[in-house]
Amino acid sequence: MEETIRFSLNGKKTELRIDPSQTLLWVLRNNLGMTGTKFGCGTGFCGACTVLVNNEPVRSCSMSVGDVAGKKIVTIEGLEKKGKLHPVQKAFIEHDALQCGYCTPGMIMTVTGLLIKNPSPTRQEIIDGLENSYCRCAAHVRIIEAVQTAAKEMKGGK
Amino acid sequence: MKEKDNNTAISSGKKERSGIKRRSFVQLLGGGIFIFFAPWKSLELLSAPAEQARSLPKDYNAFLHIAEDGTITCYTGKIEMGQGIITSLAQEMAEELNVPFEKVKMVMGDTDLCPYDQGTWGSMSTRSFGPRMRAAAAEARGVLVGMASAQLGVPASQLEVRDGILVDTKHPASKVTYGQLAKGKKIEKFLDDKPAPEDFSKFTYVGKSLKRSDAYLKVTGRAKYCGDMRLPGMVYARILRPPSHGAKLISADVSGAEKIAGVSIVRDGDFIAVISENHDKADEAIVKIKADYSFDEMKVSDKTLHDFMLKADTRVNVARTSGDLEAGRLLCDKVFESEYHDPYLAHASIEPHTALAYLDNGKMIVYAATQSPFGLQDGIVRELGFARENVRVITPFVGGGFGGKGAFQQGIEAARLAKLTGKPVMLAWTRDEEFFYDTFHPAGVVKINSGIDKSGKIQMWDYHVYFSGTRGSDTIYDVPNAKTTSYSEKDTSPVHPFGTGAWRAPNNNTNTFARESQIDIMASAAGIDPLEFRLTNLKDEKMIDCLKAVAEKFGYVAGKSPSGRGISVACGIDAGTWVAHMAEVQVDKATGKVRVLHIACAQDMGLCVNPEGALMQMEGCMTMGLGYTLTEEIHFEGGNILDRGFDSYDIPKFSWLPKLDCVILDRKDKAPQGGGEPAIIAIGAVVANAIYDATGARLYTMPFTPERVLEALKKV
Ligand code: FES
Ligand code: FES
Repeated sequence: MEETIRFSLNGKKTELRIDPSQTLLWVLRNNLGMTGTKFGCGTGFCGACTVLVNNEPVRSCSMSVGDVAGKKIVTIEGLEKKGKLHPVQKAFIEHDALQCGYCTPGMIMTVTGLLIKNPSPTRQEIIDGLENSYCRCAAHVRIIEAVQTAAKEMKGGK
Repeated sequence: MKEKDNNTAISSGKKERSGIKRRSFVQLLGGGIFIFFAPWKSLELLSAPAEQARSLPKDYNAFLHIAEDGTITCYTGKIEMGQGIITSLAQEMAEELNVPFEKVKMVMGDTDLCPYDQGTWGSMSTRSFGPRMRAAAAEARGVLVGMASAQLGVPASQLEVRDGILVDTKHPASKVTYGQLAKGKKIEKFLDDKPAPEDFSKFTYVGKSLKRSDAYLKVTGRAKYCGDMRLPGMVYARILRPPSHGAKLISADVSGAEKIAGVSIVRDGDFIAVISENHDKADEAIVKIKADYSFDEMKVSDKTLHDFMLKADTRVNVARTSGDLEAGRLLCDKVFESEYHDPYLAHASIEPHTALAYLDNGKMIVYAATQSPFGLQDGIVRELGFARENVRVITPFVGGGFGGKGAFQQGIEAARLAKLTGKPVMLAWTRDEEFFYDTFHPAGVVKINSGIDKSGKIQMWDYHVYFSGTRGSDTIYDVPNAKTTSYSEKDTSPVHPFGTGAWRAPNNNTNTFARESQIDIMASAAGIDPLEFRLTNLKDEKMIDCLKAVAEKFGYVAGKSPSGRGISVACGIDAGTWVAHMAEVQVDKATGKVRVLHIACAQDMGLCVNPEGALMQMEGCMTMGLGYTLTEEIHFEGGNILDRGFDSYDIPKFSWLPKLDCVILDRKDKAPQGGGEPAIIAIGAVVANAIYDATGARLYTMPFTPERVLEALKKV
């Protein structure tokens, strides 16, 4: 049954008439045009679909749109502010922390969530935080370096 | 597949065979200057799928176009799937023609706009493309300078290019732009197929590290992959799949699916699909179809596979032979016989096989995540009865391929659905389908019989490889009496119960694992340090240099194996690149769990065009290689694939990451070689040897799971 669902998407008030059981990932991609959020496995394993819900990284393939009613969603499209890249995005470019780039949006959202919670993670904490985010191109070393750089820059900015 | 070198026929004076197509490019793109060139030798395409049977253009398979507005575009059927060629090729072109980077474009993998290409496999892109493209750019520059010289009435030597403008150095006010020169012209030039290697060091950008030009698009989510395309009225499709390979549909009841609002059933014989504008609804509907199957599968499983392979009726081919094995055997003091096993592996790109197909005035347009846009075009022509000019395949960014997207079944399926329904159809395989229909890295067996004399010199090497192909099966060591025999599938007696294909550095992982394990076994039996054993049995200078370089980087201290330290060495050759690795591992003898602590790699890849890009590929190879080494294996029973997701198929994760050290040997005078694959080939071997060094347990079957390690430990 359709309901009216309201949430904030990348800082904008959003309202949908929709069946609340619809998968958040596909609602983002199809109803809201946010195709930066990727489908990788659909079963919660790979992390390609990660978005922030109230600053927590969640797997949008395993969540329904009804679950985010009244919450604050940030997707990869919402990180850039007024043409300025988020420090995590910048660090990924700087460290060449991607190859095919398909895991990248989910990876960046996971990292962003991690840094909100823990602004100065140790190397081990970064590894633990990203353990279930998959990158088949195996850019792992560079992703870790990118997170370290981003963490430094974000703290310096405060 | 024909592996003839289609590149030998050069354009000079010869009748070019793809002239008609060439003219159509000129028409399509309007005026300007065209430089056609041929960067590929099909001999390198050992792994191309057999389906690509069309005759190949012999004279060119890429071209540069200088448009009337001065834009310079390189058109190629190659695709970008993470190797970074979209950056490196464009940068090189910009430098060679001396134009701002923004003026340069790469158009890749579009069958209407690009010349025929067999597909993007392996490491060929830098190896063959870069140098040829630069030569083409140099040719273009020559043409432009010639035209400018005529137009401005000054000798060519007096001209200089600045940002795409040719300037008379004596009278700087007198100048003309590339665009002005190209305006109203239709100039076609062919680049003769002359070997270019000597010129590499002259190119100014060589050795500079370039940042990826696609990185911005990719970190902002703007980069469009196939699944991100949207068309009005587009529907999502799910296809009814058999439970196992070889199962045949007897009956299907679609009534449950039909009841779901917004879902339609598409049926064409055994081919049944559901479509819906709503993605979730298609997912919901497909599982409501009740289907019965009959089963007629091969009775083999991953447990019985290797015996089955050794008993199979095969095609036997002696790939290489030198000296006399029997004479060699007589010289041996010790003889070793071993058998090595390798399983099926999945490609497991994070982006699944995806395609969007629609009909546009009778023309089938297909966006596809594929390594083989032209192969897909051929497939649609063959299976759906379209004329070739009525099929266009366009390749957006591809989210990883590793050989797996050389297969393009999903593109044909989407086109079929678009033809049946008249709607734009988006088909993205689920992870389950992705595993089920993957063209796996082929499982195989290698048997080696080898021997050394009293001094530790290898005198005899009798190598038999079953179903793993010959890439990397060279002895590489200086052995007087050696033979390599390859056994492959006969059409009449299939061995693989499902599709197989290229997987990053196809088959070389298997062969290098077997060879380098055997070498280690002999070194240990001879009581000689494994590095020293290799160095004394090698004549290949490049390999010797790589081994010495890696030992230095690693901080290797010599010792006989097993030393208890868990360190080791292995080496190999792939795609024209020489690699040597050293590794340190830790083995938990109670659980059998192996942890790789450190891997060093030295690589001789000729001239390194983009050092940062090469490092990235090396690290990627070493990290990815840990997967086939430690966990990756497809379990199956007959045609049923038991691993259908990341829950049981474990790929490398952050916590696996060892310390990685890379050395790229400085070879400015040598032609650039492949960098996307070589550093993966010896990971299995170097880890196997390190496990042996740590424990004295020898592993003969990849991957080295805790169960297999415990099993091997029992035999120590
Ligand atoms: S697509 Fe959601 S975790 Fe893989
Ligand atoms: S960059 Fe390709 S999967 Fe991570």
